[in-house]
Amino acid sequence: MDPVRRVAGRALPLARANVDTDQIIPSHWLKRLERTGYAAGLFEAWRRDPSFVLNDPRYRGASVLLAGPNFGCGSSREHAVWALRDAGFRAVIAPSFADIFRSNALANGFVPVELDARLVEDLIEAVRMDPSTEIVVDVDRRTVAAGTIAGSFALDDYARTRLLEGLDDIALTLRHDAAIAAYEAKRPEWLPRVR
Amino acid sequence: MSTLSEKIWERHVVRRAAGEPDLLYVDLHLVHEVTSPQAFEGLRAAKRPVRRPDLVLATMDHNVPTNDQRPEEISARQIDAMARNAREFGIRCYPTGDPEQGIVHVISPQIGLTQPGMTIVCGDSHTSTHGALGALAWGIGTSEIEHVLATQTIWQTRPGTMAITVNGELPAECAAKDVILGIIARIGTAGGNGTVIEYRGSTIRALSIEGRMTVCNMSIEAGARAGIVAPDDTTFAWLEGRPYAPKDELWERAVDEWRALATDADAAFDREVTIDATTLRPYVTWGTNPSQSVTIDQRVPDPESYREDGQRDSASRALRYQDLRAGTPVRDIAVDAVFIGSCTNARLEDLRAAGEVLRGRHIKRGLRALVVPGSMRVKKDAEREGLDRVFREAGFEWRDAGCSMCLGMNPDILRPGERCASTSNRNFEGRQGPGGRTHLVSPAVAAATAVAGHFALPSDLS
Repeated sequence: MDPVRRVAGRALPLARANVDTDQIIPSHWLKRLERTGYAAGLFEAWRRDPSFVLNDPRYRGASVLLAGPNFGCGSSREHAVWALRDAGFRAVIAPSFADIFRSNALANGFVPVELDARLVEDLIEAVRMDPSTEIVVDVDRRTVAAGTIAGSFALDDYARTRLLEGLDDIALTLRHDAAIAAYEAKRPEWLPRVR
Repeated sequence: MSTLSEKIWERHVVRRAAGEPDLLYVDLHLVHEVTSPQAFEGLRAAKRPVRRPDLVLATMDHNVPTNDQRPEEISARQIDAMARNAREFGIRCYPTGDPEQGIVHVISPQIGLTQPGMTIVCGDSHTSTHGALGALAWGIGTSEIEHVLATQTIWQTRPGTMAITVNGELPAECAAKDVILGIIARIGTAGGNGTVIEYRGSTIRALSIEGRMTVCNMSIEAGARAGIVAPDDTTFAWLEGRPYAPKDELWERAVDEWRALATDADAAFDREVTIDATTLRPYVTWGTNPSQSVTIDQRVPDPESYREDGQRDSASRALRYQDLRAGTPVRDIAVDAVFIGSCTNARLEDLRAAGEVLRGRHIKRGLRALVVPGSMRVKKDAEREGLDRVFREAGFEWRDAGCSMCLGMNPDILRPGERCASTSNRNFEGRQGPGGRTHLVSPAVAAATAVAGHFALPSDLS
């Protein structure tokens, strides 16, 4: 996983609440066996509407998505993060995230920025007024800035370190192999083993 | 002074250090064909083995056709990949055609693999289903699947705790589905975010294990990481004698341990909600998220009645998508299709409830109706009771096991504009196929609706 210290770029004002992962990437895309190649599936149904914000040329090349609360709810599909990443996004700013989406984002070096709802609205307003507005997400300092708008966001220390260092979780965990083996030695004997 | 979920959590901590999430041991890892191929590919690339193949069970459910047609080429590739990965990494897999194949959340409890006090993960958000037996079970993404395959552990920040207490006798024609739809209508789709919900109270205690599975299944629709019910005599009676349940002296010891898991009387939850079951009615969702529901006696709401901007916008969008007009009585809404199935409502009890309504009746002419048992074993058990004949004679298609029309990724999809009464769990835009319109209901309401051609209760039928 590549480390991520900072995301800076223009933003897409999606501004909808409860965006579910079926909208982010419809299920027929989940038949693929790869981790990449999902860009064309991003918001596939909504994109059929020419007035959908992702079709607005003024926002082409945006790397930050601005959304309403409970972003990424529903299915556990990591493909939702892959699709956003493949389409050039590096961070989503929203008042809240669904739990599994948040874990999936962090596992891919994709930044879930949980920001006060009023600040998210200010950012949406600013980007609608001027699509060239640059938003800077600083992972190290846990801050967001765009022109005169500035705020800090919640990100626990461990998640922050993982993003900054681009850690491979599995390699990290395998360092605790002795602890895992010790735990395994004392598991209750009635626990089932698949035959 | 701990809650049920905290006790299970504490028993699974492999490593705890300041500034880190806990490293938890995973007792059972369930795998299916759709979210796992990239995880196995990752293991291959890093030349890592599966640490505990004996704690992993795989099946094929999301992508598979449930009639005798062959999967198209791209689905077939994914199905083959599951079989190949299971072989290569030494994992037990129940492929299509196997008598144990079925929806992953139906088969594991059925063979007794899901037991109280266990930690269970699966690359599927409806893993919360297993909480019905007192297991702590939650959905994970593909990177986490790879991590669990390699280490049999997972890093997790401690969730909050939420108690939802439902007391009182369920009114006639109300099912477990109406309990959970009623809960979601009350707390919203993000009401449980960051928490494990423990379902408590006399109504929950009176539910069968199958009903508890329906309730726990949709915890994710309230945003919760997991849902759980304390194991009790109903749980033990249900589990005893199943193929993977402990036997003899081990059974006795296990039951003692399981009883001790119940939330201590003086334990505190971060949040508590109480619901009076006697006020519940059969629910029908009208919108495009599972909290947008009303009871069958009500009308489609007016978006202007919502005070909050976000909710109002979301309701207007939903009515446009669903092609519904505010003020329409729910019973006046006609449907084109009825789907009885999914990890929410495709167990034997669900098929019996629907079959009861359909016996001696026929579905409305022109309507498409599918019943898709949750597992091949459920199918066989239902056939032993003659339920297949009841469904067929009523005009339903009687299928093999799989996720089918719940999620629009196998041949069973709605056509654009089609409206469906569905016993599944999600009414998102396009969930059952692009442009399809979903209304979530219980199995009995789905069956009555199939007969009437519009939303109906069994007691509405002449």
